[in-house]
Amino acid sequence: MSGRDAILAAVRAALAGRPAPAAEPSAYRRRGEMTADQVLARFLERLADYDVHVTVLEQAAEIPATVAERLAARGAEALAIPADLPPGWVPEGVPVMVDQALPYRSLDTRPSVLTGCALAIAETGTLVLDAGAGQGRRALTLLPDHHLCVVFESQVVETVPEALQRLKPAVLAGRPLTFCSGPSATADIEFDRVVGVHGPRRLDVILVRA
Amino acid sequence: MSGFPERARRSLGDSQLRRNLAKATATIRAKTGKVSAELPDWEALRDAGRAIKRETLAELDKHLVALEDSVTRAGGVVHWAADAAEARAIITGLVQAHGAKQVIKIKSMTTDEVELNPALEAAGVRPFETDLADMIVQMAHEKPSHLLVPAIHKNRAEIGALFREEMDEPDLSNEPADLTRAARAYLRGKFIESEVAISGANFAVAETGSVAVVESEGNGRMCLTLPKVLISIMGIEKVLPKWEHLEVFLQLLPRAATGERMNPYTSIWTGTRAREGDAADGPEAFHLVLLDNGRSKILADAAARETLHCIRCSRCLNVCPVYQRTGGHAYDSMYQGPIGAIVTPQLKGLAAAGDLPYASSLCGACQEACPVRIPIPEILVHLRGRVVAEGHAGAGERAAMAAAKAMFDHPTLMGAALAAGRVMQAPLARDGRIGRLPWPLDGWSLSRDFPALPPESFRDWWKRRKAKA
Repeated sequence: MSGRDAILAAVRAALAGRPAPAAEPSAYRRRGEMTADQVLARFLERLADYDVHVTVLEQAAEIPATVAERLAARGAEALAIPADLPPGWVPEGVPVMVDQALPYRSLDTRPSVLTGCALAIAETGTLVLDAGAGQGRRALTLLPDHHLCVVFESQVVETVPEALQRLKPAVLAGRPLTFCSGPSATADIEFDRVVGVHGPRRLDVILVRA
Repeated sequence: MSGFPERARRSLGDSQLRRNLAKATATIRAKTGKVSAELPDWEALRDAGRAIKRETLAELDKHLVALEDSVTRAGGVVHWAADAAEARAIITGLVQAHGAKQVIKIKSMTTDEVELNPALEAAGVRPFETDLADMIVQMAHEKPSHLLVPAIHKNRAEIGALFREEMDEPDLSNEPADLTRAARAYLRGKFIESEVAISGANFAVAETGSVAVVESEGNGRMCLTLPKVLISIMGIEKVLPKWEHLEVFLQLLPRAATGERMNPYTSIWTGTRAREGDAADGPEAFHLVLLDNGRSKILADAAARETLHCIRCSRCLNVCPVYQRTGGHAYDSMYQGPIGAIVTPQLKGLAAAGDLPYASSLCGACQEACPVRIPIPEILVHLRGRVVAEGHAGAGERAAMAAAKAMFDHPTLMGAALAAGRVMQAPLARDGRIGRLPWPLDGWSLSRDFPALPPESFRDWWKRRKAKA
């Protein structure tokens, strides 16, 4: 008997004769109730809690200037980007490396990476990447130490359930999701919280209100 | 029976451990309490969590087959391991088939449960734990002492000494920030070079074939994305039927586990690379190993079935007055605290671990804290009943119960016993209490007082009253 047969037989025997429970209607919130302004304010509050630097812009045209400024503020120079990043986002004069199947060691040497995102969750201060347009592969936002992420106001949802509902098509298309809520952390040593273990230690969010 | 009381007594004497535990559990209790109170629908989420688990288990076979189907369609391969030995064989086989001599691992209690690491080592493969605490525990050749923070029993000085030696960094300080930075540098090379990674899974969604790993440090992301081959092992009880069910569990788990609104990183992948073109994203091969290893037995025990609802948040450990004082080693299992006291006896057997259901005062704090409302005290009592019914109670206890039964069956015998008791207690009773009972009951009275027998039994009083009237 294969493992599969053995397990399914054991499970079926364990359940034999017991009627399935009636489905209970769920009462948890599936959507939020805040206004768009409140959602945005909540998102900014949460990011501040994580010590993530946020710049709020009125339009996408201001992105390159902000990127240049944030790179300078962090003392970073070289920038990695996904191949399908909107070209208007990249500042002049910054050495840029496009990630086209770069070996991991190369990516590891790039201090900064600039991408867009799939959406953001206000309640938890979460950025979600779904390997979609302008986001690149997962290794791109994992190996560099500094991640600049552009978020449009229309991409910010209030709650986790709303985010998952919006992400479902990407999942059905087989794309991987990465939820980032602040920088990595550990409290394994005496419960003393240390920020920045693996993954980017510095996060910059560029929020565009357009 | 194994010795929880003896092991507990030993760990109670370790004042460093007790200090660490008291600080750790108090901190986490405050945090998880605060963030769960923040959600207006926390209680509704708990109800939904319990209902989803209950409905899933009631048709578990159907959902497992659906999961196998969706993972396979997405390019993954599903394996079924009926027990620990099969799991070890399957995983070791997959690693050897790839020709790898080392693997990187994300923390997975399921891999500990099946004792995977020794099997890999015996097959010439070196497993490297990449979670900071598991790496510490591995380097120190010890066992984890807490479900979520396995190295909490070690202080910074002990860890500093370990790292200075293992990482060859003699100037490393004991500051947690420095220790963490050293671990980051040490592991980065491993992440980039390793070709095979092994992980557990927090949830797997049958509808889409997606698997989710919830973490804080980023080593999960490294292991799940960079290598060529990913092997994930998962207990069969962790399947969720629908994508929308994650709406509940991705809220319950981070808030109950680490007291955060959301943990730093959650990775959800579906099969293997979906993107065409040259930007390869993630492993070329994904293997999902479904593990039974006694879970179907728990499923068969209707009164204990909710044990399988556990989402491994460890909130019950952090509120348990027993765990807080004894720590995890006293349970002699990777599943510790209240959930350990019900899971371990069911997986290891009542003969081996039948004293664990007694490692509790039944205060109920665990049930109140559990994000999916597992009725742990009820299951503890049920398991105590099984310990007795299945013949694992000690000879002394059985004799005492038989004697009590005889007395309750025969009123004259009862009357005579009480009369004798009244005489024998005279030297022991003070102020209506007996502080120390004679052998063989002396163990029971070490930390309890027994009420003294009143001068007259109710029956005698009644007879006297009737005679008067």
